[in-house]
Amino acid sequence: MSGGTVTSVVIAGLGGQGIVTASDILAEAAFRAGHEVKKSEIHGMSQRGGSVSSDVRFGGRVHSPMVPLGAADYLIISESTQVAPNRHRLAPHGRLITPAAVPQLFNEEDPRRAAQAAKMVNVALLAVLSAHLELPEGCWLAAIRATLPERLHAMNERVFRQARGLETIFASLTGGGRGGRAQ
Amino acid sequence: MATQLLTGNEAVAQAALDGAVSLGTGYPGTPSTEILERFDALGGRAQWAPNEKVALEVGLGVAFANARALVTMKHVGLNVAADPLFSATHTGVAQGLVIAVADDPGMHSSQNEQDTRHYAEAAGAPLLEPGDAQQAYDYTLQALELSARYQLPVILRMTTRVCHSKSPVRPREARMEAPAPRYERDIPGRVMIPAYARPAHERLRERLEALAGDQAPAALLREEGTSTALGIVASGVAAAHAREAAPEARLLEVGMSYPAPMGPIRAFAEQVERCVVLEEGDPYLYRAVRAAGIEVEGKPEPFRCGELTADRVRRILERDGRPEPAPEAAGEPPRLCADCSHRRVFQVLSRLECIVSGDIGCYTLGVMPPFEAMDTCVCMGASVSVGLGLRHALPAEQARRVVSVIGDSTFVHTGINGLVEMAYNPPNTGHVLLILDNDTTAMTGLQEHPGTGRRLDHRPAERKLRYEALALAMGITNVHTVDPAESAEELERLVRDCLASEELAVIVARHPCSLASRRLAAFQGEGESSGS
Ligand SMILES: Cc1ncc(C[n+]2csc(CCOP(=O)(O)OP(=O)(O)O)c2C)c(N)n1
Ligand code: SF4
Repeated sequence: MSGGTVTSVVIAGLGGQGIVTASDILAEAAFRAGHEVKKSEIHGMSQRGGSVSSDVRFGGRVHSPMVPLGAADYLIISESTQVAPNRHRLAPHGRLITPAAVPQLFNEEDPRRAAQAAKMVNVALLAVLSAHLELPEGCWLAAIRATLPERLHAMNERVFRQARGLETIFASLTGGGRGGRAQ
Repeated sequence: MATQLLTGNEAVAQAALDGAVSLGTGYPGTPSTEILERFDALGGRAQWAPNEKVALEVGLGVAFANARALVTMKHVGLNVAADPLFSATHTGVAQGLVIAVADDPGMHSSQNEQDTRHYAEAAGAPLLEPGDAQQAYDYTLQALELSARYQLPVILRMTTRVCHSKSPVRPREARMEAPAPRYERDIPGRVMIPAYARPAHERLRERLEALAGDQAPAALLREEGTSTALGIVASGVAAAHAREAAPEARLLEVGMSYPAPMGPIRAFAEQVERCVVLEEGDPYLYRAVRAAGIEVEGKPEPFRCGELTADRVRRILERDGRPEPAPEAAGEPPRLCADCSHRRVFQVLSRLECIVSGDIGCYTLGVMPPFEAMDTCVCMGASVSVGLGLRHALPAEQARRVVSVIGDSTFVHTGINGLVEMAYNPPNTGHVLLILDNDTTAMTGLQEHPGTGRRLDHRPAERKLRYEALALAMGITNVHTVDPAESAEELERLVRDCLASEELAVIVARHPCSLASRRLAAFQGEGESSGS
């Protein structure tokens, strides 16, 4: 592959889980940080719960918008059943990020808050990713504001900051973070 | 305006705005649908037509009136619009008419993999092939300019990757000026009786020849690299894959593949030892280049099917003939939403052991288990007419079980023609048409159509097409309406009775798509759709 500095991320889940929106936020954050960005996904029949995945690539010079097979530096999965069908996208050195990385979101006892939290899994997963990338926090927050409707800004920014902070601490303690490595 | 991150579809819409397009029209179809939705959101005048043929004809009228038009559709839509296309190249246009057609290599959401470029050559319409969002923007404006200069409709061939991939787009500094609409009578130019069509055909060939030899579309050619060993002639997104797979190669990116600029391609091919043509879909450009007597290699036959990727391009260049890796488990297939009322319909049809002449839409998923209640699905509108053919030919005891099933948007698209046929040439055993009216075009992402009573922007339209009244007007008296979600028993009874009556019957199964209801409620501010 040309341009060794290209970072390739695959985000995958089921239709209706906000995969495309999550990849929009990532692409927008990288774009705002001054990178060349390409983002690509297949959608169209997604409302019926079929598998959806989106590729985001950024860095120096990005050519193809698609992440080659087995070349994703990061694989973000919004629901655990989708790990198996997508694992082959990940590079041998790649990092898998699943909801297991954000257990704090699932500790809500109040059912209303738990339901709210479930909707923010993707932003929390992006926050975990963000702790491993060199994109300024300001670009992430601006990307969230540019992509989501206004009424969701405050909640999502809070979740983003919290998850990013926790992952940064874990990463510094364990040298790996909770995102987890691929085997 | 500042550089923005846009999809190819969004870039086409932005270009339409900056190119002073006065009307955007089309029919939904993945992956083309978002072009008009975005054009509307940007403040352009955009509207859904009942089908692609109508859309192209409306666009042609606009372009006759010295105003600019953008017409959008997916690849199979051009089959429906082919009739006006083949004559529009003969009449020509006064102002820019751009037809954005989205091909779907790999069939991510289509029934076939057809390559639009054959239409360009067959009809004599120049065709541009953008490879990313910036080119989608630039080429749309180029297409508007070329269309006006050569007085020909111009096709913009998009592909799924280009439509749905995002990359930075820098718009032009200044918008194009809108031409003043006016009517100029030109009977021999616009009325295609044979006496006028003969010179029109000659005029068309002259225009295409001028375009092929013109220096102006130089902006549609890009050459990179200095290698003398390997040269790649690429169109569309294949150029990006080529840059990734073979950064050392010399690359000629061809933006206009019909009429292809053979002079520059010949000069390029002569500078390299080996020259390979890379393109998505059929070996269209390859054959044209070979026919011009230029020595080039194409891609081996298996690469005609499916999308290209950098990996596949590498295989082509390395002449790697090993079998390609089988695709990994594809994950979840699409299925009907849990609360979709189509489910009830297919339970009934399955229980009654009907022979179901089906159609295209969410309801095609009625073919999947546990229903498996669809026997044919060909193209939009075919359910009605194929069902009639089955009834005409089958032995009576089987013919009596045939039911045609069609969605509301599909019925308006081309099902109405079939209903006219049903009324005119009724089978001996009668026939039953079931219209699944879920008040939206769900399959392609919940677009409006003439039967929803709402315009493209979801605001009320002045009229709403009523299917029951339409059937009555055609002389079919056995017309029923039922809510399948409220009473599947009632639906079952109706289908059973109508089949037994051996008359012509139309049953409208009416229940809104649950996803559309939520989206519409959110739009109308009565509720909120889900979060991030
Ligand atoms: C000629 C053509 N144009 C467009 C399409 C894309 N398309 C497939 S089905 C469909 C309409 C689906 O709407 P409807 O019939 O109302 O069924 P629903 O999905 O709502 O159940 C469209 C636009 C196509 N397949 N062929
Ligand atoms: S989107 Fe609507 S029509 Fe399609 S499966 Fe879901 S509920 Fe049914």
